Amino acid sequence: MLKRASFAVAAVAAVSIASGAQAGTLDDVKARGILHCIVNTGLPGFSFTDANGRWSGFDADMCRSVAAAVLGDGEKVKFIPATGKTRFTLLNSKEGDVIFRNTTWTFVRDVDVKLTFIHTTYYDGQGFIIRKSKGVKSAKELDGATVCIQTGTTTELNLADFFRANKIKYTPVPIEDSSEARKNYLADRCDAYTTDASGLAATRATFEKPSDHVILPEIISKEPLGPVVRHGDNQWEDIVRWAVFALIQAEESGVTAANADQMAKSPPNPDVARLLGAEGDLGSMLGLDKAWALRAIKAQGNYGEIFERNVGPKTPIGLERGLNALYTNGGLQYAPPFR
Amino acid sequence: MLLKLWRNKETRSVIIQIVTIALLFAFFAYIINNAVLNLQALGKTFSFDFLKEPASYDINQALIEYTSRSSHARAMLVGILNTALVAVCGIVTATVVGFLLGVIRLSSNWLAARLVYVFIEFTRNVPVLLHILLIHGIIVHFLPLPKQAINVADALFLSNRGVYAPRPEFLDGFVYTTVAFVVAVIGAVLFRRWAKKVQEATGKIYPVFSICLGVVVVLPLVVFLLSGSPLTWEMPKMGRFNLQGGVVMLPEFLALWLALSLYTSAFISEIVRSGIMAISKGQWEAAGALGIRRNRTLQLVIIPQALRVIIPPLASQYLNLTKNSSLAIAIGYMDIVATIGGITLMQTGKEMETMIIVLLIYLSFSLVISAFMNWYNKRIALVER
Repeated sequence: MLKRASFAVAAVAAVSIASGAQAGTLDDVKARGILHCIVNTGLPGFSFTDANGRWSGFDADMCRSVAAAVLGDGEKVKFIPATGKTRFTLLNSKEGDVIFRNTTWTFVRDVDVKLTFIHTTYYDGQGFIIRKSKGVKSAKELDGATVCIQTGTTTELNLADFFRANKIKYTPVPIEDSSEARKNYLADRCDAYTTDASGLAATRATFEKPSDHVILPEIISKEPLGPVVRHGDNQWEDIVRWAVFALIQAEESGVTAANADQMAKSPPNPDVARLLGAEGDLGSMLGLDKAWALRAIKAQGNYGEIFERNVGPKTPIGLERGLNALYTNGGLQYAPPFR
Repeated sequence: MLLKLWRNKETRSVIIQIVTIALLFAFFAYIINNAVLNLQALGKTFSFDFLKEPASYDINQALIEYTSRSSHARAMLVGILNTALVAVCGIVTATVVGFLLGVIRLSSNWLAARLVYVFIEFTRNVPVLLHILLIHGIIVHFLPLPKQAINVADALFLSNRGVYAPRPEFLDGFVYTTVAFVVAVIGAVLFRRWAKKVQEATGKIYPVFSICLGVVVVLPLVVFLLSGSPLTWEMPKMGRFNLQGGVVMLPEFLALWLALSLYTSAFISEIVRSGIMAISKGQWEAAGALGIRRNRTLQLVIIPQALRVIIPPLASQYLNLTKNSSLAIAIGYMDIVATIGGITLMQTGKEMETMIIVLLIYLSFSLVISAFMNWYNKRIALVER
């Protein structure tokens, strides 16, 4: 018996050594032939499974763009749904290659949790939604209210700070993910639900009667949301960052999914030529080929197209571009030059 | 030489043990080293300093003073107390319900026995997580809003935000009632000891239980009324959003407590049944032949012997219940896993440290329960005279 136990120990030790091997994320992804992308378990407009069982939304589409740039095919993505609490562990344990899950960029996460934030793909802020029938006009009137909140997120801290600063009391109801939060809010377990304003709009769009609910005017925090990679793999960080910038630059230069091939053949200016790989070889500097950005743009369209299709004013979610417009239109989206 | 040692049965077993221990140590050394290296590779430090930092989050059920400015250590303490609360309440309820069900299951009343049988089979064959979600769902979806809370005799207010009860407020004279209660309890204990001595000496039996109960209830009650009923109740009142004041049991606590109690009680009832069934019919008949009444037989002959069969598996059920309470996470009850192992972990990124803490806390909970149950088991074990 003892002997058998010692064999088992040796076997386990051997397996652990074998799995301890390290490699760059790009090599891993290429070898695997599929991109592992950590997304929200279900947030309409950002990442959710649609009626056909396909992952869709703003974050899911951006992930496909990265897959197209790296692997040549935007469908070669495995989506790994994660709650607010599991996402960083999944990333750091290499279950996923990148997080595209409305994740707020903060000092502690960047510096102490050892994550690398790529870019703010969506500028957001935390708000409250409440039933119109409760007759609340401002978040400062929420004294004594019960508030549903997604646990493990920055919104939890902002909420505590907001109520403390305004010297009013509340009862938090911590909840694992947005669909649970929606259920509890609709069952009136809580008076108000708080999360990023984009998430509130997305959630409200799924209600039977969205007009019965109002998003309060206060935005109580800055929530810069964007993709995240592991600390320390600079090549992979650059790839994800510039794939995102390529989508933003494409919008600025008027490159769309429809005209990208045309533009690549006869670029209207040197900027577009470099972006689409008709001139120079930016791709090889990333460890990719020349057409990486062209593929990323063709996969799901440029930044503006992705935004309009998933969360824009014409969708049920109906978010304005606001801060997320290009800098040329008074927003904050701005890609550094491709040269 | 080595071969010779190997052929000898005794030295061989020593060699095998040494090798096993060496491998075991090597294994632990490897995984610890692996953890250290990986933390280093990520540039993370290993330290518990974060416990002193302000937690910055709120907790909806705290048995001790807690604000978002309190430290992570304090938040951890709140979590520990919440786990302890639900574990203790669950263990008490599960034991009482389990014993009742176990006895009813043995009753000669066909309907009662069958009903309990169906209940037990349903309860213990559905995962406890589903029980928790089911009860939480029922409370949240089917109980009315606080404005229309169901008022049970002004003592309980049932709503989907929780069950509210009036909070007792003790006035100045209440201390006499407390003193009377303590005196009554001491008196009851002394009386019980004296009655036992009398019984052993003369065989005279006093109705010890009813006398003790009478003293413990009546004496404080009389003092309470004489001192002018120094107790008022703070009633929950409807505020703008919720009932304010009074004591509240949140739906999350209720769901977890009830689900764990019912689930575990099903197992306990079977343990109780097996304990009672384990006592041979001859014991009943022997006691009957000595002229001992049926309830005395149960109390003096059957239960003491049944307990010896019941206690060890019962201890396992208590441990299970305590550990199952970590399913609190599914409905957002703020136990250890939700506080230090959840929000603190997320906000500080100290996975290793917080998980070690959570692990140690559960371990110590379990060891305390084990130690207590082992002590009790030893106490009731067959004493050979």
